Amino acid sequence: MHKLLKDDPGAQMVLLGNEAIARGAIEAGVAVATTYPGTPSSEISLNFFQMSQECDLYFEYSTNEKVALEVAAATANCGVRSMCMMKHVGLNVAADALMTLAYVGVKGGLVVLTADDPFMFSSQNEQDNRYYGKLAGLPVLEPSSVEEAKDMVGKAFDLSEALQEPVLFRTTTRINHSTAPVTLGPIAPRKTKGYFQKNPMSYVTVPAVSRTLHVKLLKNLDKALELSETSPFNFVTGKGKWGIVCNGVSYGYVMDALKDLGIGDRVQVLRIGFSNPLPEKKITAFLQSCDKVLVAEEGEPFLEEGVRSIAQGAGLTLPIRGKAPELFSRLYEFDPGMVRKVIAGYFGIDYAPKAKLALTDIPPLPQRPPNLCAGCSHRATFYEVKQAAEGKDVVYPTDIGCYTLGFLPPLGMGDFLICMGGSTSTSCGFSKASDQKVVSFIGDSTFFHSGIPGLVNAVFNNHNFTLVILDNGITAMTGHQPNPGVDMSLFNLGGYGRISIAEVVKALGVQHVSVIKPYKVRKSIEAIREALDFKGVSVVIAEEMCALFAKSVKKAKGKPFMVGDKCKNHRDCVNLLGCPAFYIENDRVKIDSAICVGCAVCAQICPENAIVPMKS
Amino acid sequence: MSDTTRLIIVAVGGQGNLLASSVLGEAALLSGVPFRMSEIHGMAQRGGVVESAMVFGKAESSIISDGEADLLVGFEPVETLRALNKCNPETVVITNLTPLPPFTVAIGKGVYPPIETILGLIRGKVRKLITLDATALAREAGNILAVNMVLLGALAQSGILPLNVETIRKAIGAKTKPAFLEANLKAFDLGVRAAA
Ligand code: SF4
Ligand code: SF4
Repeated sequence: MHKLLKDDPGAQMVLLGNEAIARGAIEAGVAVATTYPGTPSSEISLNFFQMSQECDLYFEYSTNEKVALEVAAATANCGVRSMCMMKHVGLNVAADALMTLAYVGVKGGLVVLTADDPFMFSSQNEQDNRYYGKLAGLPVLEPSSVEEAKDMVGKAFDLSEALQEPVLFRTTTRINHSTAPVTLGPIAPRKTKGYFQKNPMSYVTVPAVSRTLHVKLLKNLDKALELSETSPFNFVTGKGKWGIVCNGVSYGYVMDALKDLGIGDRVQVLRIGFSNPLPEKKITAFLQSCDKVLVAEEGEPFLEEGVRSIAQGAGLTLPIRGKAPELFSRLYEFDPGMVRKVIAGYFGIDYAPKAKLALTDIPPLPQRPPNLCAGCSHRATFYEVKQAAEGKDVVYPTDIGCYTLGFLPPLGMGDFLICMGGSTSTSCGFSKASDQKVVSFIGDSTFFHSGIPGLVNAVFNNHNFTLVILDNGITAMTGHQPNPGVDMSLFNLGGYGRISIAEVVKALGVQHVSVIKPYKVRKSIEAIREALDFKGVSVVIAEEMCALFAKSVKKAKGKPFMVGDKCKNHRDCVNLLGCPAFYIENDRVKIDSAICVGCAVCAQICPENAIVPMKS
Repeated sequence: MSDTTRLIIVAVGGQGNLLASSVLGEAALLSGVPFRMSEIHGMAQRGGVVESAMVFGKAESSIISDGEADLLVGFEPVETLRALNKCNPETVVITNLTPLPPFTVAIGKGVYPPIETILGLIRGKVRKLITLDATALAREAGNILAVNMVLLGALAQSGILPLNVETIRKAIGAKTKPAFLEANLKAFDLGVRAAA
């Protein structure tokens, strides 16, 4: 049985934050879960996916976050508890649905999880999604620890049903990817089927309907305010005239700092876990009992602005500070030592940090940037496109996925990237505004996610570029989730359709479509060259299974390769291809047989034919 | 801060650092020691550095600030050196001696310092430096991938964590696939002995 389905209340289990969240939803009787994979939220979905094969939970990987939310909006409006997970930028995609869903509301609980990523461990920006709660007029809950995250998810479903509104559940990377012992609770029965009670005057958002729905939303928000005032998620600990207001992981850093500084008896802490709408009365009472207040929150000054405005409304003039050059930054992630230092400075506490080591004598160390895997077919495709485009002045818009790493040397393929699906549409712009050739890249999952509309645009408006679709048969970056092009029989799963990218592209009216096998270097270069010469929109589909995925489903290529005696040491393989299986020993290129997957691409580009399969 | 012990583990993606930390988490659960840990996922795994932080004892945070690790375990020498900013003069450092030069070295964008230089730079700065060739010991144990188990052995032997050797052995039993159990335990024992 899946470990998160264990019906053993009171038992302790070591869980990753994302597992704890999935478990919390199971305990709350979630019956439908939808997502588009995105770090740091991915493991929540992975666990739902696995569990859905063992019980009557419905789970799906949807084509994008907007679709995922729309599916869950419908199920929740049949009265079925539903959850929709995404990374922070995913909510931008789903935002269109979210804003109006807030008007329509839900019947069964709907929890929308947004996993924010301060410091951008694996994201393109560090937006603070608490503002989405404010923008949509929806309640926001924020846990401070793994244990709390599990319990809070259940309460989020209750809250959603009490208000008949979706609830935003906002985590950050350090909740999603922290691990701690968690105590299991009982699993509520799942209600998997409901009923959709028709009522067009509440559900069909034509202007006349929406005008009344907006009134209803504001009423619900007033109710939410009352619940926020009395919520156990907004609580005060400690006593004293100094105050600290904090949320999320900052709460833990603050509590550790008070202990380390020995000022637990002089500081009151207001932890805000229900952060939209802010509990005005509770905050006013807190401010009235303090002489001086510090707001400790990662990201934007969401709490700070709220607290200051509440103070203004109550006529309070005590100092309230948070973000400032000498206090907290709006950039990046917080850490315990930094929070301790700011608290000590703000309240004038003497404190000597641990002696740091003098590290000035350490020489510059070689960097270890992330890299496309050995044998990754994207590397081969990038190399081939580069060869085919030789001598041309080319702009390379790229997209979100493993292949984004192609912008690093030695390949250097990738010039512009803003969001999922952006490569197809920005290519339209580049090809209009510049005489440069435009060749853009997109992965299979990203193509389905939001690449298609850009391509539709390109065909309709008769733009001029080549789109290379890097189809490695899986959503690789986030950990091998399926997408609509994936052959699900590889997972031994039935009951799925499968969509051919080539057929879609042809059906969109693209006149020049070719399919290449990137491990076949010469043929691929030829096909790409032809595509580049085509005037108008051309598409090259590069089909080869992700090397890591191939290994995991036991479809890996053959023997590792080695560098033989014919090698003249000019290092074209290293300088042009840069497979990480290469290394230099005694000034000669070698191949690490433990890493090489035997794709044979390097063997084809070596002009001396020096790279050959290893004899077993 | 004496009722907490802070451990940083650094490794190159694929060296099994996440399994090592989950074994320690399991051992802490078995011993009733509170703990929290935090890992980096995502991009870093494509051959980059993977770092995990574990805080044992009474603390709310799951990450460790610069200078605040009591113990640093490095699965790769240059990565051990790179993580030295997490240490202070009281830190104990355990490192594997087998280098895995980053790809940047192969393309001439950086120089891998000699092992002796690396060790010399660490040795004078921290309380104690324990070195072992975990890669060779893993091979000796019959599973070249058991570098993580060897280092766990050395870690257990250092006596700094509030966990004992027997509990960690038990936790390895709980977290290891049966086919690898014997080699993993052997690797662990070799690590214990090497650090003694
Ligand atoms: S995970 Fe797959 S797609 Fe991603 S870099 Fe590795 S081989 Fe390439
Ligand atoms: S055959 Fe060459 S390019 Fe392919 S994985 Fe091995 S070393 Fe890398």
